[in-house]
Amino acid sequence: MISVKNLNKSFHDKNVLTDITVEFETGKTNLIIGRSGSGKTVLLKSIVGLHNIDSGEIWYEDTLFNKLEFAEKKKIRSEIGMLFQGSALFDSLTVEQNVQFPLDMFTDKSPEEKTERVNFCLNRVNIVNANNFYPAEISGGMKKRVAIARAIALNPKYLFCDEPNSGLDPVTAILIDDLIKELTEEYSMTTIVNTHDMNSVMEIGEKIVFISEGRKCWEGSKNDILNSDCKPLNDFVFANSLAKKIKAAG
Amino acid sequence: MIRFFLNQVGLYVLFLKKVFSKPEKASVYYKQTMHEFVSLGLTSIGIISIVSFFMGAVITLQTAYNTENPIYPKYLIGLGCRDSIILEFSSTVAALILAGKMGSNIASEIGTMRVTEQIDALEIMGINSASYLVLPKIIATLLFNPVLTMLSICVGIFGGWIAGTLSGVITSENFIYGIQYAFIPYYITYSLIKTVFFAFIITSVSSFQGYYVSGGSLEVGRSSTKAVVYSSVLILLFNVILTQLLLTS
Repeated sequence: MISVKNLNKSFHDKNVLTDITVEFETGKTNLIIGRSGSGKTVLLKSIVGLHNIDSGEIWYEDTLFNKLEFAEKKKIRSEIGMLFQGSALFDSLTVEQNVQFPLDMFTDKSPEEKTERVNFCLNRVNIVNANNFYPAEISGGMKKRVAIARAIALNPKYLFCDEPNSGLDPVTAILIDDLIKELTEEYSMTTIVNTHDMNSVMEIGEKIVFISEGRKCWEGSKNDILNSDCKPLNDFVFANSLAKKIKAAG
Repeated sequence: MIRFFLNQVGLYVLFLKKVFSKPEKASVYYKQTMHEFVSLGLTSIGIISIVSFFMGAVITLQTAYNTENPIYPKYLIGLGCRDSIILEFSSTVAALILAGKMGSNIASEIGTMRVTEQIDALEIMGINSASYLVLPKIIATLLFNPVLTMLSICVGIFGGWIAGTLSGVITSENFIYGIQYAFIPYYITYSLIKTVFFAFIITSVSSFQGYYVSGGSLEVGRSSTKAVVYSSVLILLFNVILTQLLLTS
């Protein structure tokens, strides 16, 4: 479980996150939703320690993560996998080398064991016969899947996904969503996904946190989200004409 | 202005502290260093050879033009070519050329990694990204740039010999006598010491510029330009300081 308590974060005197308190449950796909610029990515990056927070607490199980030194954080970070918005694959490495990278850095496995693990992870995300391609040579959907394979290479306890569907067609987006949900259940990970895609919310959202203008406005499940009386949430959920028609139809 | 300058110097020092911290896994760093030998070192051989050859040729022809008076022995052309190349060209001018080639390469590579979140991905894995990305580059250039300097000296003198003999301004015997005449081996040491300093400046300053980029491709381009400009200015500054320290008693 990951707990965030009274988190505040500002950039150059501008408050980006204000008094965020939330718990993300183990074995569930937790979603942070909100409009672009609402502070979702800053929250996610604060939780993983890429941004130093102004005040508040971030707990990974019983460990107060934000007070740890870099060397101490490394242990927890070795249990974290992250999927970035732009995939963040290393340009100079092939697909296989990208997935193998964390194994090279943090394990003493033999080359054969590493290759076996790499192939397992790539197969798990349905990437075949692409081991020797460079990131520039594969599609956006494949990049996301390779990034997921890299993220799960070390069997992480925590998986973070920043806008996993951005730039993908609806079919590929659903594939990525399903993959994230399956992996979360398979490895019993604590997964946190940043998204503003309502399809994702309805498909994989088990616990949903809505952020608006840097504040937590609402949290609940996907069953509650359509009946919420939170106005900013309703504006967000029923923003497009299709959703409005569905709502009007009851 | 002064505050910004001090801020940048402080940030640079902290950056170097991160770079020179203990590597996570020596075998991975070794592999990365070998990769940098190729991408930064071996790929610079061509440009250094071409520039050195023609600079050696021009130095010889210009020295010949300026020593037409018969009271100057002809072998002085060879001596002038040798000392100009060893003392200044192959260390300083070659370093300025490398600042352009290596500096922009390093800053744009690391800058692109920053804006595409590849550096964040390294940090998330618990890797000291500054050390992983920069230390192998520094080691590779500190070891390989002296090789480039020696190559530049050899090719430059060779270029001078070719230009001198083909244009007829000096005979081959006179040129070879000149490059052997009153040779001071310490000049080579001086040149190599400067090269090592300049290699460190080029790599660390360019990496620093790339590492702290924020924004997009425009900022990466700007960081690349800054890397070349700042490295070049520092090379010229340290050229004066090192010359004062190493050549004056």
